Amino acid sequence: MTTLKIPTPLRQYTDGQAEVAVSGPNVAAAMRNLVEQFPALEKHLYNGDGEMRAFVNLFLGENNTRDLQGLETPLNEGDTLRIIPSIAGG
Amino acid sequence: MLPGLTRDEILRYSRHLLIPEVGLAGQRKLKGSSALIIGTGGLGSPVALYLAAAGIGRIGLVDYDVVDSTNLQRQIIHGTERIGVLKVESARDRMLDVNPDIEVEIYNEPFTSENAMRIAQNYDILIDGTDNFPTRYLTNDVCVFLGKPNVYGSIFRFDGQASVFYAKEGPCYRCLFPEPPPPGLVPSCAEGGVLGVLPGTIGTIQATEAIKVLLGIGSPLTGKLLLYNALDMSFDFVKLKKNPKCRVCGLDADIKELIDYEEFCGVPGFDHDEGSAGADWDITAPELSERMKNNHLKLLDVREPHELQISTLPDVVNIPLGTLAARLSELDSAEEMVLVCKSGTRSARALELLVTAGFKKVKNLKGGINAWAQEVDQSLPIY
Repeated sequence: MTTLKIPTPLRQYTDGQAEVAVSGPNVAAAMRNLVEQFPALEKHLYNGDGEMRAFVNLFLGENNTRDLQGLETPLNEGDTLRIIPSIAGG
Repeated sequence: MLPGLTRDEILRYSRHLLIPEVGLAGQRKLKGSSALIIGTGGLGSPVALYLAAAGIGRIGLVDYDVVDSTNLQRQIIHGTERIGVLKVESARDRMLDVNPDIEVEIYNEPFTSENAMRIAQNYDILIDGTDNFPTRYLTNDVCVFLGKPNVYGSIFRFDGQASVFYAKEGPCYRCLFPEPPPPGLVPSCAEGGVLGVLPGTIGTIQATEAIKVLLGIGSPLTGKLLLYNALDMSFDFVKLKKNPKCRVCGLDADIKELIDYEEFCGVPGFDHDEGSAGADWDITAPELSERMKNNHLKLLDVREPHELQISTLPDVVNIPLGTLAARLSELDSAEEMVLVCKSGTRSARALELLVTAGFKKVKNLKGGINAWAQEVDQSLPIY
């Protein structure tokens, strides 16, 4: 299992949960598992063609998965994945 | 040639002069430097106060708003007696009270693609204290085009972010966020709220970073993003790399000049709090009041349950917007329904969702329950 940290703006779609346990061998599968658990998230994270939206930043530890192998980045037991949200308040 | 310090200034800055990393040379550097602060709200307040106190010689302020009472819970540069005063004037007066030896230049206008390059080119560094996505992308692109550092800070509820985006030395804001989120996904502070002290924490970090960058000391947040959570009191850092595909600072950058940022982000360039679903779908508070006298209308309040404790209309059904999609089966599409929230923004989104799902007899209370409290029932509070 991988721990996925959910940012505050998306918690309204995860029953308020700040962390969700997701399963899958890589980032793509783990994210699919997330939207299976919380279908209301799907339209926010994926576009109509089923591709991850460009504003979704996924970090594995301190690294952006874009700088690793993107959605193909493998996940190991105990990894922490985190969605870094765009927020604009000031 | 760096400006000298007067006898009075040497006394004023004595605690800086004692630090070897600043010293006389550093303080003269600060006096000879300039900073442009975009926004004089939650983030801009501590940034402006601390940069003024630190003796940055010339500080520009961009804002076009006036102080109102909902600002005062966090915008500590303004005071109750300044309600109704232009924010740039209120901030300037306070800064000059803190430090009369600096120059404060005010721009009482929105920061836009038309004026941004002209205003920004006269400053060494920009500090992003805005409250909306279009102005954040604009500030970033201006900094990339002019080769200036952008000291970034952003807040929501209990979460804060800070970084130094400097395309000459590292990633820019667009390297991390190539595109804005879809309109409506991330609530603004006017809709979602913010802990008043949060911009104090993040703004103070921005001021710290600005002073470090201007002095050339320490390790600024270039290539790093700070993620702060006030509830956990956690400070996490992640690494940011330059995105080779970045459209403004990447290898094949195709954005060479400022664009229409409101169009790019799909939202206005201010923290909007006046919701409308369009004339065909809106009902005003007085109209709703009349209709309720004559016939039964179902009222669906899409706010969070804790907001209903502040103000509520009689006999509402409460389904928060975030859960509405999953709870459509609880609603009857044949029934006439009016959607309610604080200011009409979330209810307009709920209306869109319901119409897409086949509901036809739905209306949006324009301006939300705040409009009702203003125009129909003055015994209700406005928040």
